[in-house]
Amino acid sequence: MIELSGLTKRYGEKVAVNNLTFTVHPGIVTGFLGPNGAGKSTTMRMMLGLDNPSAGDVRIDGKHYSQLKDPLKYIGALLDAKAMHGGRSAFNHLLCLAQSNGIPRGRVREVLDTVGLTAVAKKKAKGFSLGMGQRLGIAGALLGDPEILMFDEPVNGLDPEGIHWIRNLMKSLASQGRTVFVSSHLMSEMALTADHLVVIGQGRLLADTSMSDFIRQNSRSYVRLRSPERERLLDVLHQEGVTALAAGDGTLEVDGTAAAQLGELAARHGLVLHELSPQQASLEEAFMRLTAESVEYHAHSDHAHSGHAGVSPPERAPGWGEGWQQRRKGA
Amino acid sequence: MAATQVLKSEWTKIRSVSSTVWTLGLAVVVTVALGTLISILSRNDHDNLDARDRLAFDATFISFAGMSLGQLAMIVFGVLVVSNEYSTGMIRTSLAAVPQRGVFLFSKVLVATLLAFAVGLATSFLAFFVGQAMLGPYRAQIGDPGVLRAVIGGGLYMTLIAMFSMGVAAMLRSPMLSLGILMPFFFLISSILGNVSATKKIGRFLPDQAGSKIMQVKTPFADDTPYGPWGGLGIMVAWVLVALLGGYALLKRRDA
Repeated sequence: MIELSGLTKRYGEKVAVNNLTFTVHPGIVTGFLGPNGAGKSTTMRMMLGLDNPSAGDVRIDGKHYSQLKDPLKYIGALLDAKAMHGGRSAFNHLLCLAQSNGIPRGRVREVLDTVGLTAVAKKKAKGFSLGMGQRLGIAGALLGDPEILMFDEPVNGLDPEGIHWIRNLMKSLASQGRTVFVSSHLMSEMALTADHLVVIGQGRLLADTSMSDFIRQNSRSYVRLRSPERERLLDVLHQEGVTALAAGDGTLEVDGTAAAQLGELAARHGLVLHELSPQQASLEEAFMRLTAESVEYHAHSDHAHSGHAGVSPPERAPGWGEGWQQRRKGA
Repeated sequence: MAATQVLKSEWTKIRSVSSTVWTLGLAVVVTVALGTLISILSRNDHDNLDARDRLAFDATFISFAGMSLGQLAMIVFGVLVVSNEYSTGMIRTSLAAVPQRGVFLFSKVLVATLLAFAVGLATSFLAFFVGQAMLGPYRAQIGDPGVLRAVIGGGLYMTLIAMFSMGVAAMLRSPMLSLGILMPFFFLISSILGNVSATKKIGRFLPDQAGSKIMQVKTPFADDTPYGPWGGLGIMVAWVLVALLGGYALLKRRDA
């Protein structure tokens, strides 16, 4: 279990991590999600005692990281695939880590086997591809057979087979009762692996929720209607007991009624429809809406902007990204 | 966290990178080769010396002449041992494994120091015996007064140079910056300061100038250095301690 309380990191005026409080529980995969520059890596470095917090603290099973005896046996972390000396062989890289924590030499071979690097154990790490580097980093995290595992963007640089492998690895680690904490900037990736979600933006906590709740709240499907006889269409829908929401661009959005039914309804009343289209708000869009206010590096493209606006459902969840479009326009 | 575990780990680190072999190898080869060459030249030149210079002729010190260049390889060794951690990003992995930063740094320094001392001492004896063989009739014997002290001192000098470099690298982190400061300093600036009469009084308190006093058996003519061989080494040790403590103080509070 990892507990963060009021964790804050300031670099001069800039607040990189702002008063984060949440708990990472054992037995599940917790996804740590946020756009680039949200403070994910800084938070993870503070969890490992590498960076000193400006305020607040982190406890690993109730202890500070520096109080852990042989920390690799408690918590294994993959921070950066390149955090190793390229001139050292994979075996020796793992051996020096193992020795520092009193882990037997035989365990090095075991983890090399687990990540599939046995064949290149004697090769220097600088000849490794990004994916092989990730695997070596993961081997280092697994070395002490720890109860807590942390992975910072583990799928970066992996091929589809490698991505599949790491997803299964994380799930199986969690099913063994371990605490698995994994960061990503891809909602789609998290949707496949995480059971719980912690979302941050500009260092602030935006959501701390189970994955299933997040999906339920955010993957809304609806039907979009456009008609030159908008008022009559509204009346007809009202008579049938169908609730329609007026979207900003003159279209109507209907929840819970199939598109076919709506089409037949319109035909019965002789209504002209210019658009009748089922819509699905994806999790990626939900994530973008959630973090839109806090995205640090906006791409200033009107195209991209109108694209998002087109699929955005009307404001339904107050508080989350309220008025984000206006803010984006202003940015 | 048992310190012996960390020492073992640091030994694995140091023996598993090729820079260790080539920096230390270069230190041996350059020191001995240049010492041999200068010993041959000194023997041939001996007849041209006047009486006063013959009296001050220091056969032991001449055989160590290669150290002025060989120490540069020791500097590279010391810098790389520490700054490799930073330039490769290994430091984060290392400190996650050993969060006690003092234990981490001083285990690393201790392992590298023992290795540097073994190599430095071997180099010093080798340079002495090969050099004396070249000096022929003007040679010094290992049993002569002060000679054994000078030869062991040569090993200590090379070790301390490496340790000082480790401290500086721990403070500066970047290998390029550390080498860019240390190499010209020890190769040029220190000897300029030590030889220009206006700055001589300051120059002789610099780590290499003070430390190399231990390798002298005969005092040069009209030498007014205010410290002896061990005093000089003491000054160098003080520099080393300051550099290492500075490196530790910065490592302790800095974000990795």
